[in-house]
Amino acid sequence: MNAVTKRKTTNLVMELGRRWALIFLLIELVFFSLFAQGFMSLRVFQMIFFFGITVFLLGTAELFVIITGGIDLSVGYVMGFASIISAKMISAFIQAGMQHLPALILGIVLTLIIGLLPGLINGLLISRLRVPPFIATFSMLGITHGVAELLILDGAAKNMPHLANLIGNGYFLYWAPGPGLSLFIRPEIPRGGFILELIPNIVILAFIVIGILAYVLKRTVFGQHTYAIGGNVDAAIRSGINVGRHKVKIYMLSSFLASLSGVIYVLMYVTGKGDAGASSLLDAIAAVVIGGASLYGGKGTVWRTILGALIIAVLETGLRVMGIPTFDKYIIVGVILISAVLIDKVFPEKTYTDNKE
Amino acid sequence: MDYLVETKNITKRFGGLTAVNKVSFGVEAGEIVAVLGDNGAGKSTLIKMISGVHQPDGGQIFFQGKEVDIHSPMDALSMGIETIYQDLALAENMNVYSNIFLGREKTKKAWGIFDVLDSQYMYDESLGVLDKLNIKIPSLRNNVRTLSGGQRQAVAISRSIYWNAKFLIMDEPTAALGVAQQHLVLDLVKSLKDHGLGIIIISHQMHDVFAVADRLIVMRRGEKVGDLKKEETNPDEVVNLIVGSESVV
Amino acid sequence: MTHTISETLQGNRKLAFIARNWAAFFLLGFLILFSFTGKGFLSITNFQNVGHLAVIAILMASAETFVIITSGIDLSVGFVMGFASVTAGKIIQVLYAAGEGLSPGISIGIGIVIVLILSLIPGLVSGVLIARYKVPPFIATMGMWGITNGIALKICKGFPVATLPDALTRIGNGYLIYFKPGEGLSFFGLPPGVGNESIREYIRLIPNSFIFVALVLLVLWHLLRNTTFGQHTYAIGGNEEAAVRAGIDVKRHLIKIYVLSSFIAGLAGIFNIFQTGIGNFTPFGAMYELFAVAAVVIGGASLMGGKGRIFGSVIGVFLIAFLENGLLISGVVPFYRFIAVGLLLIIAVVIDQLFPDLL
Repeated sequence: MNAVTKRKTTNLVMELGRRWALIFLLIELVFFSLFAQGFMSLRVFQMIFFFGITVFLLGTAELFVIITGGIDLSVGYVMGFASIISAKMISAFIQAGMQHLPALILGIVLTLIIGLLPGLINGLLISRLRVPPFIATFSMLGITHGVAELLILDGAAKNMPHLANLIGNGYFLYWAPGPGLSLFIRPEIPRGGFILELIPNIVILAFIVIGILAYVLKRTVFGQHTYAIGGNVDAAIRSGINVGRHKVKIYMLSSFLASLSGVIYVLMYVTGKGDAGASSLLDAIAAVVIGGASLYGGKGTVWRTILGALIIAVLETGLRVMGIPTFDKYIIVGVILISAVLIDKVFPEKTYTDNKE
Repeated sequence: MDYLVETKNITKRFGGLTAVNKVSFGVEAGEIVAVLGDNGAGKSTLIKMISGVHQPDGGQIFFQGKEVDIHSPMDALSMGIETIYQDLALAENMNVYSNIFLGREKTKKAWGIFDVLDSQYMYDESLGVLDKLNIKIPSLRNNVRTLSGGQRQAVAISRSIYWNAKFLIMDEPTAALGVAQQHLVLDLVKSLKDHGLGIIIISHQMHDVFAVADRLIVMRRGEKVGDLKKEETNPDEVVNLIVGSESVV
Repeated sequence: MTHTISETLQGNRKLAFIARNWAAFFLLGFLILFSFTGKGFLSITNFQNVGHLAVIAILMASAETFVIITSGIDLSVGFVMGFASVTAGKIIQVLYAAGEGLSPGISIGIGIVIVLILSLIPGLVSGVLIARYKVPPFIATMGMWGITNGIALKICKGFPVATLPDALTRIGNGYLIYFKPGEGLSFFGLPPGVGNESIREYIRLIPNSFIFVALVLLVLWHLLRNTTFGQHTYAIGGNEEAAVRAGIDVKRHLIKIYVLSSFIAGLAGIFNIFQTGIGNFTPFGAMYELFAVAAVVIGGASLMGGKGRIFGSVIGVFLIAFLENGLLISGVVPFYRFIAVGLLLIIAVVIDQLFPDLL
């Protein structure tokens, strides 16, 4: 093999190595298609996205924080907290005689506003009092957990509107022989009749938000400053970026996304649950790291985080379809998480040397 | 000739220690002045008063003939006094043009509503300034982390030039660079004279100093002990001044 | 601005003393407060109960203290404990075979030894990843969290491991001294011939768990305070670069630290099986590792490394434990405890900011 082809091969290996996450996802898909009967179906694929929403949203939240070099341990419990207050408010509004749709909308909007609060406090503690992010957000985990449990002392929210269920478990597009196509509204069909259901509503909702954030991170000043703070905080300060203020915004964004997943949880399950997102923290951070971000900050993109989350979601769903208890999932995610860091070290970015002399 | 930057009897004390004692000196536009001295001689403190990191306890600073108060690095920046730090103050995880525009990003309207980054503009402008300074970078879209040390220095300097720096302070610009890269940086520094900049260089490397500086200022124990034109001195004399076996003012 | 405040505060030695020991003062304050608000709070029985239940948290916090001093973090301790508890349970269960197999003593002994050896492995793996391959501690130990949790769940198939010898709880929940006024006293159990039904008539002093945990703490305290191992631990956390230049084998030391942490977590798993009589996996919401970190920080350590004391961390654990217990006994809804721990943590960090040079 001569030098040129050899270098070309190395380059190819490096390029493939940098895309290991995508390759891994493909291998997963092939594996489960071969060994999990019934995996290759529209239904299962929609399920992957439907149940993956929490990790997509919390992962995106965590990504912004991690790019700045921080961490947000509170997202899971902020999500639970938001699910409980939105359920409580919606049921209270209906109790007070409001129509279902306005009650639902008002409850959701108010929750999303209140949901900014934990992030605001986190951000202020971190930027003004210089509390390490780990401690500040763990405190917030405790506080939102406590408040959520207090709110639910007198029982779960009652009289939740069926409308929530229709939205949360409905699809964007239906097709059935006879009624034909219909958007959002499930046509009446005879029991057992064929109906094609395409793209769950909440998947669309989540991906609109994620798409906007991907754009914000990549194309706006806000995104630039996020990377700059994580890359070199001194450079950011010297360039006149208001680092403290930016961090507050980042933690508020994180807490907003956690609240959004709380609201989506209510739409899916028509009830709130304090620990709704508790077990998703590991998955969210794992998704970000598998997606190539570094806990030291400065690196990571939204779509690669979604790729990381998909690896986990496909794994979980695939194992479930195979009938294997999901215990294995924890082991595999743990191994991938660690491997992700090691693989990224083996395939670093291209570097340049002075080619002048 | 008028000085671009001038200090008169500038003094800085830390507790009982007088770090800089009544130092007066000036730098003209288009002139490179090297500040030399042993560790603790006060050269860093002297420079930091001009860049706004420290506030003087006595004396005056003049910029373009007018007396100025420099309370913070931001004050200095807004006047056009830029410091190129050893750690370069670049975000290594970002590409070249993003670094040149860091904190002063150019935006445009997307669909007439949102402010989004005008990457093409920033790319073109950055390319312009790099060309002007005759700097070669493989691609402006590569992260700074992937560049060599000399190239990073060049990016940091271009950034100052692009934002109309009038006066550059360079703290050990060639430290931690290979020989080839030192040449790259020194050539660049010399070429900046043609753009009318005033430059202060702090350096331990006698070779660098004699390669680029027009004038040498030697500090010892907080005082200025030498102010020499390069043509009228030699390395031996300068070393003697630094260690304190003679004094020429 | 914070700088000047901290300068003024540091000048005041009395204030600095209080600030340095604020957790102890808070603990004292809580004890006094709850003695008034909670009926039955101020009693030997209650204090012994709190201490007995805090044993696991104390071990976790001690493990975390070593790691945090080196400016690392170990998120896996809670799940290593679950792994140890379940594995020990399984081994003892198989050997003992509900009385058909080996004697209880031998089954338990073998179970303990094997599990303590096994519990070195997670720490060894995370230590090597962190020290040799520069994986951030957060990621390496989070990975171990997933792996040990998955293995524990696989071993027990998602159910606690039961049908173990009674001897476990008899030792684990026993006391050193059993005493009934007028009828003398006995050690490590009721006097011969006295039935279990009359146990309430006896005053029971010093739970066995105290003796064990005191021994462990003494060893760890000595290790951190009086040995080169301890010195190097502080040195690495204070300035890793300097430690390397001073000739300390930092990589090797870091591996030892994570192995130690994992071993202590394994020990906690053994305590767990003695206290409950069954092998328990760690539920997700338990957050042992986060509460351990909280206790260590409340006890005066800094996540930046270089600072921390074993007994500070123990005080941190007791502060949380008594707060929980006191609120419960005073009839306050227990969920306030989460909020209270959150606030305590923030106080801890703010005090650390104001008095950076304490300790």
